[in-house]
Amino acid sequence: MKELMLGNKAVARGLYEAGVCFVSSYPGTPSTEITEEAVKFDEIYCEWAPNEKVAMESAFGASLAGRRAFCAQKHVGLNVAADPLFTMSYTGVNAGLVVVVADDAGMHSSQNEQDSRHYAIAAKVPMLEPSDSAEALEFTKAAYEISEQFDTPVLIKMCTRVAHSQSVVETSSRVEHEKVYEKNIAKYVMMPGNAKKRHPVVEERTKNLIAYAETTPLNRAEISSAEIGIITSSTSYQYVKEIFGDSVSVLKLGMVNPLPPELIKNFAAKVQKLYVVEELDAVIESFVKALGIAVEGEKILPRIDEFSQNLIAKAFGKNPAAGVELAENIPARPPVMCAGCPHRGLFYSLKKRKCTVLGDIGCYTLGAVPPLGAIEMTLCMGASIGATHGFNKMLGEKSEGSTVAVIGDSTFVHSGMTALANVAYNQSNSTVIILDNSITGMTGHQQNPTTGFNIKGDPAGKINLEALVKSMGINRVRVVDPYNLAECDAALKEELAAAEPSVIISRRPCALLKYVKHKPPLKVDAEKCIGCKSCMKIGCPAISMRNGKAVVDATQCVGCGVCSQLCPKKAFVAQEG
Amino acid sequence: MDTKNIIIVGVGGQGSLLASKILGHLLLSQGFDVKVSEVHGMSQRGGSVITYVRFGDKVYSPVVDKGEADFIVSFEILETARWLGCLRAGGQIVTNTQQIDPMPVVTGAATYPENLVEKIRALGVKIDAMDCLSLARQAGSQKAVNIVLLGRLSHYFDIPESAWLESLKANVPPKFLELNQKAFELGKLAAE
Repeated sequence: MKELMLGNKAVARGLYEAGVCFVSSYPGTPSTEITEEAVKFDEIYCEWAPNEKVAMESAFGASLAGRRAFCAQKHVGLNVAADPLFTMSYTGVNAGLVVVVADDAGMHSSQNEQDSRHYAIAAKVPMLEPSDSAEALEFTKAAYEISEQFDTPVLIKMCTRVAHSQSVVETSSRVEHEKVYEKNIAKYVMMPGNAKKRHPVVEERTKNLIAYAETTPLNRAEISSAEIGIITSSTSYQYVKEIFGDSVSVLKLGMVNPLPPELIKNFAAKVQKLYVVEELDAVIESFVKALGIAVEGEKILPRIDEFSQNLIAKAFGKNPAAGVELAENIPARPPVMCAGCPHRGLFYSLKKRKCTVLGDIGCYTLGAVPPLGAIEMTLCMGASIGATHGFNKMLGEKSEGSTVAVIGDSTFVHSGMTALANVAYNQSNSTVIILDNSITGMTGHQQNPTTGFNIKGDPAGKINLEALVKSMGINRVRVVDPYNLAECDAALKEELAAAEPSVIISRRPCALLKYVKHKPPLKVDAEKCIGCKSCMKIGCPAISMRNGKAVVDATQCVGCGVCSQLCPKKAFVAQEG
Repeated sequence: MDTKNIIIVGVGGQGSLLASKILGHLLLSQGFDVKVSEVHGMSQRGGSVITYVRFGDKVYSPVVDKGEADFIVSFEILETARWLGCLRAGGQIVTNTQQIDPMPVVTGAATYPENLVEKIRALGVKIDAMDCLSLARQAGSQKAVNIVLLGRLSHYFDIPESAWLESLKANVPPKFLELNQKAFELGKLAAE
């Protein structure tokens, strides 16, 4: 049956059809929907793991047990999971093991735009790269065949435009695959004596994979011109076809590691002028140059940001159509914390106290933008606590009384816990705020080990944050309601002044959660409002100024009441009805 | 048929994903090759969002570039102005006239431009503007702005209304179908 399907959903469909039994992932844009779609198939056990490393190790265990297994993550998630990946390359697999890494060229929702192809090269594992949903489905199934044929984990590289684009796919039925687990210490126990024997196996496998890459239909030459030839993959292929149609020859690579030298040489020999069109780093181009073949790519194409058809057209000297523009200053519309977001009150308190806030990855990173502008550092998952520890160790009393780490509940379990262990163990006088909104918010509401529910929404194990933090050796632990500004301020004052490490848990569920009951929207009593703009300091998207008075957008307001705590004239009142 | 391009623009959370889903379903049912490209994650938090819908005999790129859109469907007039450069010469805009202040306007760092519909029209651009929020409320829910816009857009397509309603039925929960059908009709009638 033909249907329109999101790239990520097509991967999930591929998992189903390939007989996959186990999926463990940590959410991350643009990879999240793969696991959310996979869980809809009863045949596949799915879970959210605390982080990508645990997810990959769990998938490895499932493969070892003889069941086809999978995990997905965004590009930076693979940094976390790199440790198991590199040694899984040595052990190989039992049942097929496939790993999706979803890159985000253009940084639509990421802190960097690293090119994950380097991981495939460094870990010496094959990598496939689909260019649309149909290939996402087909390549996922092919990846399991390669995994079992060559005894290797297989990476599939997605990107935002493949992961989050819908295109037409044809589905088929599921085929089961099961293997038996057999004890094999020499293959699976990677201590030096065994690993030394496995490394040559990896090198031999790469030779065999190169031979496979030379003839696999995953790579195909579309010869239609003797003049220009373009080597490309993924969405870059789509942009090239959009601009050139069949007027140039194209070598479309579906397998981007290892690369096929003979196929490339033969293609190069058929055209007068050779180009490589690839997003981000010059991976294919460097390979082609190392073969001694003249090629252009970097010279005409940028190494930053994602491509588009116009960008390719301009690089090749064409002049694409341009639209009309208004001669008007269009104000930017950056993302903001939602109306009623529980993070808002806390960040207001931090700003008011002029705290140095070292932040983390989540919706609350928006605490860095005006008018709150409270966060001064965001690096990677869990870094808020580690960085605060180092900061305070160096500056001592100069920073301890005014510096805080802020980290979400999911991010804390992901990789903040180990950093807090360091605070407790090496005793920096640090204050850590866990923003517990009872969900993984930024990626669109996924459950995590602190919520008490699993990926299906069924009751599950629940980590008690207070008990956990205390058991790690933090004596000062308290819980505040971020809707209560006075309570937040008092807690901050006391914990920053304390002479030992402390943890404040700011607890209030995400305002967008369906089960959260809201109060009626507020409105402004125009007679009381003096237009002082005190309420504008919290950056609530539901409040704006009209004719010198504050007004509340009733379609957005959830009645959280943070604004009314700032109003000197008590002008915010509940709407009737 | 050459590839046709629609961009759907608005503010994160306004319901553009559902609109693109319904459009994609409709165009596929009419025998076209279709690609729909969305953006998830950070930009959904009240930021400016754009969704691309492309259809034709064979669609390659999933995105619509500057000067390529046959239609801009917009949930908010500042967003219409922001993405205007995507419209091709002779293209058509279908827009809601609703204004949602972006944070720089809320904080006073910028001002919301005035008379945007007139200014865009003065450029010789075909712009079809209406208060979709009122029509959505009239249909029974302010969330139905997306369906009002689709109703309006349907006026410019040579596709039977039954096919539009079929796609609507396939993509909205049954208990909201009647409300959405009403929103679609209100949008469509507003164009006549």
